[in-house]
Amino acid sequence: MRELRLRRVHLVLVILASFSLSANGAAQVTFERIVNSSKEPQNWLTYSGNYAGHRFSPLDQVNTENAHSLVAKWVYQTAAGGKFETTPLVVDGILYGTGPDNRVFALDARTGRPIWLYQRQLPGDIRPCCGRVNRGVAILGDKVFLGTLDSHVMALDAKTGNVIWDVTSVDYKLGYSFTLAPLAVKNLIILGVSGGEYGIRGFVDAYDADTGERKWRFYTVPGPGEPGHESWEGDSWKIGGAPAWITGTYEPASNLLFWPTGNPSPSNRGAGRAGDNLYSNTLLALDADTGKLKWYSQFTGHDEHDWDATQIPVMIDQGDKSLIAQANRNGFFYVLDRKTGKILSADPFGKVTWAKGKDVQGRPLAVKEAQPTPEGRMVCPGAAGTTNWESPTFDSQTGLFYVTTREQCDIFSTAPQPYEAGHGFYGSAYFPADDTEPYWGALRAIDPASGKIKWEFQHPSPSWSGVLSTAGHLVFTGDAEGNFIALDAASGKALWHFQTGGAVYAAPMAYAVDGKEYVAIAAGESLYTFGLP
Amino acid sequence: MLCTRAKIAGWSALLLLMTATLSAQNKNPYAGNPKMAIAGASQFRINCAFCHGLGAHGGGRGPDLTSAHKRHGNSDAELFQTINLGIPGTAMPPNGTTGQGVGMTDEEIWEVITYLRSVEVKTSGPPPGNAAHGKELFFGDANCSGCHMVEGKGGRFGPDLTGVGGARAPEYIADSVRNPSRRLAKGLFEATKEFPQEYESVTVTTADGKEIKGVALNEDHFSVQLMDASEHIYMFEKDKLRSFEKNRMSLMPVYDTSLLSDKDLQDIVAFLAGLGEKQ
Repeated sequence: MRELRLRRVHLVLVILASFSLSANGAAQVTFERIVNSSKEPQNWLTYSGNYAGHRFSPLDQVNTENAHSLVAKWVYQTAAGGKFETTPLVVDGILYGTGPDNRVFALDARTGRPIWLYQRQLPGDIRPCCGRVNRGVAILGDKVFLGTLDSHVMALDAKTGNVIWDVTSVDYKLGYSFTLAPLAVKNLIILGVSGGEYGIRGFVDAYDADTGERKWRFYTVPGPGEPGHESWEGDSWKIGGAPAWITGTYEPASNLLFWPTGNPSPSNRGAGRAGDNLYSNTLLALDADTGKLKWYSQFTGHDEHDWDATQIPVMIDQGDKSLIAQANRNGFFYVLDRKTGKILSADPFGKVTWAKGKDVQGRPLAVKEAQPTPEGRMVCPGAAGTTNWESPTFDSQTGLFYVTTREQCDIFSTAPQPYEAGHGFYGSAYFPADDTEPYWGALRAIDPASGKIKWEFQHPSPSWSGVLSTAGHLVFTGDAEGNFIALDAASGKALWHFQTGGAVYAAPMAYAVDGKEYVAIAAGESLYTFGLP
Repeated sequence: MLCTRAKIAGWSALLLLMTATLSAQNKNPYAGNPKMAIAGASQFRINCAFCHGLGAHGGGRGPDLTSAHKRHGNSDAELFQTINLGIPGTAMPPNGTTGQGVGMTDEEIWEVITYLRSVEVKTSGPPPGNAAHGKELFFGDANCSGCHMVEGKGGRFGPDLTGVGGARAPEYIADSVRNPSRRLAKGLFEATKEFPQEYESVTVTTADGKEIKGVALNEDHFSVQLMDASEHIYMFEKDKLRSFEKNRMSLMPVYDTSLLSDKDLQDIVAFLAGLGEKQ
């Protein structure tokens, strides 16, 4: 109790100190501010809240004692159909978010009233695989940065939304797109490409924040002569996939980016791409200045189940151990040594039938009986994995890792298909079995030290919501039924919920203005914020 | 003058373009092309089979598409529109490149339609069975209408069957009568939710000890809305209940041969199969 009160006094001081900045207009967002994001808990400066990928807010005004009294503060309606996946950023009282079809909005974070709006005129023939979605912007200096569905990278003026620069990354007509929130590191804007369902050759790019000049590109499928190229059969590397469509994390001390990649193409059909298919379904450690590979760890080699590793890699420090944890779509919770990439543990956190035993690198081994056939075979997890791209959270107070999971098994089949540039290239089809168990979901709290599940909160149907933890000993999540929920981080007990009226396909975040804490979530077509009465 | 002429030219070009686009969406350019049917089979498997089942025989969410009798129309133009723009109020999303579904090009949509034509069951008439007698049974002795509505008449406890003939094959309908729990019917579909509600059975005990059994109209973690056999709607917050249980045994009685002969079943199926065609 005493500890809580002291923390609150400290928080008020921090907020007052920073408020003097916002009174003079938004200060420049420097790299140092993002590195030290925990020192300004009123702001949310990068996609996952900090570079370590914790999605943890140091705010504790809303806490286990008062969460039951949370009320809606304002709602911003995008009037855009489709999945609303944004995590907004907040800098000194201004909230920056994105909506479907590359909408960007800057709002008064206190009232929800727009300051500026931007919407890109997209060509009619873009090919995003899974909806015309976007997950957010990056901010650096006086600009916000957007990756577009037609594979451009853009800088917008943070005060007006005016386009400062706009560069083409790659030809969208070949099936490439950007859906992720970029990551700002030093003076670079870093993003990975989507398109694993179109036979692309994946990459991670870095652009100069001032000019838009591309500084480096790391191809996630190695070309001839590069290490790892031998893991592809014949010319299969050219259309090998391995997209990189979720925002990576960054460690300032080592200057390493930790960037995860997705499935090899075509996703369920291994014929024609014999080998491990590096660097698909891999965690890459890249030098942030050069894009050079420091180490890699592949979670699923020669994947035939679309086991994208596109989940946030979360840095955890335990004593003198530098770890990185990932709850993977393939159903295993991995803990790796952050210095070497060595897999230290891999424990199932949902029902898994595709793998049994582990290889020498600690990777789960696929069983023959789970290999997709033309007729199809039942495999768990199902088409969407045990988890997917939804952000987890790590709370150093409880030491627990919280992640949205789904219990779903499906029939995986191969559907041979020739490659045609810019067209869907899946090689696979999924469908539910006639007598399948009903699908359901759960928010699970995992102890990274043991891989054991400490508690779970069940959803009647699977949720696509990310998770936020806060210093108020709370965990926030959403569900497919439209609820936004606050839970006790220690026990998983629901303390409060609000029916938003639309399913949640986004992750929550928290910020403060004028010393008042807000928690925000995108649901349905609207962005909702909540606070104490 | 110049300006006007330019304007007229502009409008004519636009009109031409619109006509071209419209006709591009009215007539299947690949009609009868077996190569395109094969390409369409692959597109179908990848993009449509999750809901409509392998071979287009219907799945948990999507109707059987092998019947020429389709609820939302079976002409080339109607099929194109359904796939491209989706069907509002149902689980069918807009699947063209500008939609939020699977993002098929016009060409790919036509391939799928060509494939569907190739698997369409050509029947030389209505399914076997006496539909008139089936109707009598439905509203009379078999008491289907006690729970199911057809064209505005009947009960509310089970799904409305007005459209079932356009959505399900006769074998599927017959199996649902004999084995109602094998696949629970889908109920409410919410626009942003991934999966629809199913006709699950719910039993609750209220705080004052009253037991209520019914079918789930909707449910989330915190609340449940249900209807009992007398068509009362109940709405509960789960934490205020003494107990809450749900299961996947349908509340529909199993119509085995002692309750309904094969001949009578065939007649009822003939009646239902004839329903639901687009007017």
